[in-house]
Amino acid sequence: MKKITGLLLAAVGAVALGGIALHRHEPINALWIVTAAVCIYALGYRFYAAWVAARVLSVDPSRATPAERHDNGRDFVPTHRWIAFGHHFAAIAGPGPLVGPTLAAQFGYLPGTLWILIGAVLGGCVQDMTVLLLSIRRDGRSLGQMARDELGPVGGFAALIGTLLIMILLIAVLGLVVVNAMKHSPWSTATVFATVPVAMLVGLHLRRLRPGHILEASLIGVALVLLAVWGGGWVDAHPHVRGLFDWSSLPLAGFVAAYGWIAAILPVWLLLAPRDYLSTFLKVGTVALLAVAIVMLHPQIRMPALTAFVDGHGPLFGGKIFPFVFITIACGAVSGFHALVASGTTPKLIASEADVRLIGYGSMLLESFVAIMALIAATLLDPGVYFAINTGAGVVGSAPAAAVHTISGWGFPVTVQQMQSLARQMGETTLFARTGGAPSLAVGMASIFGSTFGRGFLGVWYHFAIMFEAVFILSTLDAGTRVGRFMLQDLLGHVYAPLGRTSWYPSVLLSSTLIVAGWGYFLYVGVIDPNGGVNILWPLFGIANQMLAAIALSVASGILVKSGRARYAAVTLVPLGWLALVTTVAAWQKVTSADPHIGLLAAARALAAHLAAGTLPASAAAVAPQLIFNQRLDAWLTGLFTAILWLVILDMARVCLRRLRGLPVPASAEVPYQAARPRPPALGAQWPQEDRG
Amino acid sequence: MSPGWRLARAIGRRLATVGRWLRAVSGDDAYERYLTHPARAHEGPVLDRRRFYADRERRKWGGISRCC
Repeated sequence: MKKITGLLLAAVGAVALGGIALHRHEPINALWIVTAAVCIYALGYRFYAAWVAARVLSVDPSRATPAERHDNGRDFVPTHRWIAFGHHFAAIAGPGPLVGPTLAAQFGYLPGTLWILIGAVLGGCVQDMTVLLLSIRRDGRSLGQMARDELGPVGGFAALIGTLLIMILLIAVLGLVVVNAMKHSPWSTATVFATVPVAMLVGLHLRRLRPGHILEASLIGVALVLLAVWGGGWVDAHPHVRGLFDWSSLPLAGFVAAYGWIAAILPVWLLLAPRDYLSTFLKVGTVALLAVAIVMLHPQIRMPALTAFVDGHGPLFGGKIFPFVFITIACGAVSGFHALVASGTTPKLIASEADVRLIGYGSMLLESFVAIMALIAATLLDPGVYFAINTGAGVVGSAPAAAVHTISGWGFPVTVQQMQSLARQMGETTLFARTGGAPSLAVGMASIFGSTFGRGFLGVWYHFAIMFEAVFILSTLDAGTRVGRFMLQDLLGHVYAPLGRTSWYPSVLLSSTLIVAGWGYFLYVGVIDPNGGVNILWPLFGIANQMLAAIALSVASGILVKSGRARYAAVTLVPLGWLALVTTVAAWQKVTSADPHIGLLAAARALAAHLAAGTLPASAAAVAPQLIFNQRLDAWLTGLFTAILWLVILDMARVCLRRLRGLPVPASAEVPYQAARPRPPALGAQWPQEDRG
Repeated sequence: MSPGWRLARAIGRRLATVGRWLRAVSGDDAYERYLTHPARAHEGPVLDRRRFYADRERRKWGGISRCC
């Protein structure tokens, strides 16, 4: 039976992929992509994931998990697998898979689609599941601790520094995405601002009025946030109130930084926790709605399969299809960050080792599907409209007439009238040069939702989509700043012990300020950059995220070899090799390329030459020294990431070679086998209806 | 029992399952589960609802619980 289903899936998947391949030169329907994705996921889950779990990881349902051994009803709780799946998916799914695929659509729909599918099935899902199981076998230890225990202090330290840096870059680039969506858009700004008091009301409700009634409070909050979307339209239409929310990007960046700082020092119950409930509900609800709408509407993809920009001169970001499509799409294909979640809260919830396939591999498949939907939403737009929204003024000029002329010249016809009428429909004054991916995704989502559920409310749908992205970008920003603060306090504690105390107020203020200053700096430079800043920051974030994935896969490979399973090590070594290759080539090009469109140092030199020759307009000349400094700093950071990456890989190789030669290696930190209780009683009580097959 | 009635009951059961799943995933039922947990008897005094959720939030946001 299993074989017949497998063959059927393979056949349908092959037909769908064939359909995509044969329709290369004519518009294809999004359903081809959805069908191919679902079949590939199902095959990957049924066969590859099952094989990896059974053979490579030797998953053993008879072995007690930390949740069972330390069951205390608080952090260690054996949890039904579908509930743990919900927890884990809510934790890993963020704005990353929405932004990356949107940017990568400049190469056409095909490269992004293939990388999201193949990368997830063979790389990202395997990483998540492997790290989850390894952490379960080590009492739920974190990736950094596992790196230290299994490889040595070098790997552990590299993981810590890598995590801190990636956090800072991630927050900066996401902050930039929100700022670009809000600039000179009173409707978006008012709606996004309104989510802060709404979250606080939810927090107060949960703290003072009815503690713990999370569902009820979240539903009230979601209703208020939806009201805020509608209220933003009223603000936008009001001649006076409108002006209060009409800001350019620099003050908006200041608001975002101030917000991040305040959120990091406020108690979690007031802002962070309630905002997270709201964003989780909105996220899951919107993703489900989008899936239904895409299937119902089954739109045509208007972007070509491949564009001319595969040669490296794309307007959204520079660089050839290899390696940059693999850097731009990190979340959705392989995301190193997931290794931190998979070795954090989730392993303490797993009731049986048999559940790691669903929770580790399955959650990542769903995240990958979110990335596919984001790609569909970006590529169903007219390519001319897509490029007009996503290209910075520094590339096509700030005058609409010049911009449409340039973009039409690339072979993607678009007119000023078309852009104006689209902006009017969406309730915006202009959609030109709204870089960062969020606005073009919102236009795509609005057209899907509008066509499926009612044409008249495009403006409301557009701002709903902006609000939906902003809410969970701000959640990531809060949570990330807070985690960064804890890590920094941990580091500073080694210098001066009281600084390590997470509740000592001077230390809280100092470390929060340092973290916000870190990402605030990159956000500021991104805002003053006439090219939009995302073109520089996003690749840097991608390199950092893939570096973290490579660290996680190195730890996993090292453990496989150490535990005598070297013959299966290819399962993690192949994705590791691929990531090491793309990351290193991308970093090399970002640092050394002589093309200022790609190379950071070349861009700094070119800008310095223009500045010296006096050929820059006054506004550009004023910010040029800061941009030059930043490009050099980014080049050094890229070099640092690559050095950390290779340090960990070489450390892993050293441990593996010693093991294969029979020399002593750090002892395995795996907790000895303990038999699981035949049937954990907590599960029966918790989930009476379902049979655990 | 008519087929319509049976269908309605089946749908009702499904919805109840979804409701229980939502309560469990969001943490809505965490306090009830804490009260009935076997290990609680060996610990100190019972936390009240407010303290329990305050403690739960503090632990949840002490580490990396959200991703990009």
